[in-house]
Amino acid sequence: MTLNTPYIDWFGLSPVLTLIGTSFAALLCAVLVPRAVRRLASAGIAVAGFTAGIVLAVWLYVDSANGHTIAAGAYYRDRWTSLGQIIIFGVGLATTLLAVEHVPGWRDADAARRDDHVAEFFALLLASAAGMAFFVGAANLITLFLSLEWFSIALYVMCAIDYDLQGSLEAGLKYLVVGSFGAATLLFGSALVYGATGKVSFDGIASTISSQGLTGDTFVVVGIALMVAGLGFKMSAAPFHMWTPDVYEGAPTTVTAWMSSATKVAALLLTFRVMTTAFPDNQHLWGWAFAIIATISLAIGNYAALVQKNVKRILAYSAIAQAGFMLIGLSTGSALGGRALMYYLIPYAASAFGSFAIVAARERELGVPVTLDNLAGFGWERPFLGVAMWFFVFGFAGLPLTGGFVGKFYVFAAAYDHGWAWLVIVGVLATLVSLYYYLGIVRAMYMRGPEELQLRPGGVAVSGGAPAKETLLHVAVGAAFVVSVGSLFAVQPLIDLAQHAASALPL
Amino acid sequence: MNASYLTSILIWLPVAGAIVIWLLPLSRYATGSLALLISFAEVGFWIKQAAHFDFSQPGLQMSERANWFGDLGVSYHVGVYGFSLWLVGLTVVGMAACTGYGFWVGRERPRAYFGLMLLLTGATVGVFESQDLLLFYAFFEAMLIPLYILIGVWGGARRMEATIKFVIYTMAGSLLMLAAIVAYGLKAGTFDLVDGPASASRWLFLGFMLAFVIKAPLFPFHGWLPDAYREAPPEIAAVLSGVIAKVGLYGMLRIAITKFPDPTSFYRTTVLALAAAALVYGSLLAFRSPDFRGVVAYSSLAQSGLITLGLFAGTDLGFDGAVLQMVAHGLISISLFLVAGAVERRTTTGEFRLLGGMARGRPALATLLMIVGVISLAVPGSASFAGEFLILAGVFQRAWWWAVIGAAAIVLAAMYMLRLISAVLHEARGSTVTDAALDLRPGELALVVPLVAGLLFLSAWPAGISNHSFFGPSPSATVKSGFK
Repeated sequence: MTLNTPYIDWFGLSPVLTLIGTSFAALLCAVLVPRAVRRLASAGIAVAGFTAGIVLAVWLYVDSANGHTIAAGAYYRDRWTSLGQIIIFGVGLATTLLAVEHVPGWRDADAARRDDHVAEFFALLLASAAGMAFFVGAANLITLFLSLEWFSIALYVMCAIDYDLQGSLEAGLKYLVVGSFGAATLLFGSALVYGATGKVSFDGIASTISSQGLTGDTFVVVGIALMVAGLGFKMSAAPFHMWTPDVYEGAPTTVTAWMSSATKVAALLLTFRVMTTAFPDNQHLWGWAFAIIATISLAIGNYAALVQKNVKRILAYSAIAQAGFMLIGLSTGSALGGRALMYYLIPYAASAFGSFAIVAARERELGVPVTLDNLAGFGWERPFLGVAMWFFVFGFAGLPLTGGFVGKFYVFAAAYDHGWAWLVIVGVLATLVSLYYYLGIVRAMYMRGPEELQLRPGGVAVSGGAPAKETLLHVAVGAAFVVSVGSLFAVQPLIDLAQHAASALPL
Repeated sequence: MNASYLTSILIWLPVAGAIVIWLLPLSRYATGSLALLISFAEVGFWIKQAAHFDFSQPGLQMSERANWFGDLGVSYHVGVYGFSLWLVGLTVVGMAACTGYGFWVGRERPRAYFGLMLLLTGATVGVFESQDLLLFYAFFEAMLIPLYILIGVWGGARRMEATIKFVIYTMAGSLLMLAAIVAYGLKAGTFDLVDGPASASRWLFLGFMLAFVIKAPLFPFHGWLPDAYREAPPEIAAVLSGVIAKVGLYGMLRIAITKFPDPTSFYRTTVLALAAAALVYGSLLAFRSPDFRGVVAYSSLAQSGLITLGLFAGTDLGFDGAVLQMVAHGLISISLFLVAGAVERRTTTGEFRLLGGMARGRPALATLLMIVGVISLAVPGSASFAGEFLILAGVFQRAWWWAVIGAAAIVLAAMYMLRLISAVLHEARGSTVTDAALDLRPGELALVVPLVAGLLFLSAWPAGISNHSFFGPSPSATVKSGFK
């Protein structure tokens, strides 16, 4: 008996395969490359991997005008996948730059141990990026769950990689427990959908639901509800957000920067794909579900952020609220909504990464968690990072400094177009509330002088000295700055890209 | 005669200047000089724009249009009408004077300060020139960012509360305007202000109006005003009341009244009543105010009410008078705030009980304050007399009692302005007024005298603005036609 292996479009999978390959190579660095050059070698491999991934994803974007599934219907080779991968790899590249000068164990006084886990860190970063890249292209319930676990497990370890710090360990464990719960929910939902339809592929599910009239079937409805909840955990939308502030706060800031932007990109893009491809007939159900989740996320994210003092927690709650804005676009299930979501993610990913990178810079300078109080005077001490930070947070608030402004406009337009004027009002009110804490960050950076900085860890004043020269960090923040500001001006080209990407979906 | 490039230059030159100032490590003196130079270049470009403007032609002039994002019909569309030309002029002249004031007093952290001033200039000019709703909104919001930082960093002791209140108030209005813009634009299929059709939706009208009445402000939406005007540095208070407040009034004229004719007439009485309340209430508060800036701040509230009366009268005279009065009051309040700043620098206070008797030995200060004060209280022959007379005549055509309220408020204006003049210049010498409090220095004169000269010029020839703001013999018909 011969086993028929399906035809594999290796080129279609090449971005994912490249990252897996470089991940292995980076891991080998950990044992083969001498400690002295291990950091640079593994970072170099990561840079090479992400760059190659971006090149291949761009190539595939150009080459995949007619989206289709490959590898026996397991994976979509289309522009939605490719554009999502480009964003994820871009963030990955920036994260690599951010990590080179300072990866895990940096708080450890023992210099000999500083480079202990450098190679593993980059290997995990590449592996999680590969998982996300596969996730956005998943075409059936099996690959969906497989890739979800793939990148999640890499992230669990990355969160806990500062293992001599209690916060990091706690973050890793918390993320593991809650994330597994979310994954189990998703798996259970998938099983119910499979049980009702007998199909695993997204388009097969859709055609079965419509041909057999399963729209109102209990298994399908409950299955969708559980899948929505499971995906809600990954995109950190309320009420599935409880882990977010703790994990974002406890994880090494480099990892937080990576998670807050790339994971969200992957989760939102995949969710939009699953819902519109597999459950188009149930749009009335999941549309409302996501509209309500968006409302709750906006409410909880913004109100909880108001009382935070720790900047990473503020940004974590802001990430929850931002998920709410993007879910407004997602919940419409329309072509305009898809476009809006895809566009929004570009400045969002850049700003989220950039703002955490700046927190990382301050954290490295002070050696303590960054709070609003010890952010005092930061804007005057490090003018470039300060300006970048106020651009990022004002962009989050929807002020016309970054593409966040146009993104917000687009999701509101999508909601209004869908007949949901109330969702626009919700978004508007949420933005108003959010202003208070975004302004608070700018106020902390500029409107208090460094003389108010009363920080003396170890009896040594930390302010006033020359800040560390972190060229690569500045390059990474600069790139994020260019992308987020540039997306305000180059709206048309980006919207064209997003439109072509969304046209791969059955809208 | 195509000078449309001027329209974009006026917006982007100061923005480019701000970026240059932020990037180049120039000295304090060089930074200030560069910023001032750019401000003067702005005035020069505006004069050139005014020279090229053809007042005998209807419609938008010197327009430029480029795609921003086409699928929703949003474009970068800028251009000027007669009335926007005058407001752009007010902006560039006012900002030049205020930038010069910042240079004169030597603001700390000069690169940040002058960069933000230039950014504010560009954004404000952008508001007056943009002909696309989303572009208008973008500039409308963009003004807020430099203002927030300028007040928050260089402001007085209670600046934190003042900025938060100011920003939250303003954003509450403008975010609802964003919702209204989305609804209007998607329904119309375009966000273009020139092509966009009129709408009959009262909700959308209210969404826009809320943003404008907060910005202007009108009673009872002025909660942010006293704190912001008192805590801001004097030149920023001058910008706020002289220029930024006019953005709200301009918005009423360009968007609310033009695009929503039916809701305008439906809510006319309500708006007129709020305007009249702002006029009377603002005048009374100004009369009771214990300090220099308080008087000017509340008189701005009163003047916003008066100008709104003119706009919502919906008559030819009302529109003409409103535009004239916007410019005249802009110049007046910038001059007054700069003089207030000069007085505060000399005496460390603006409180009347600590001031007084400054006229003796300080002829320049006394003369300038007298001239501005007298023009401001609308003595016959002054620019604001012309403006207020036109407005009152215009609103009289709507119903006589509005004019009665307006006229009563002008009497109040005389009262608070004379009180201000006598409390600062005359009466017994105040405890903080020492001999060290010098007369206005040449640098300060160089900033205020041109503004006063502009006022005197307008007093001599108010028709320069009132007859050159709207095309055709009947402004109300022009407004009704959507400035075609």
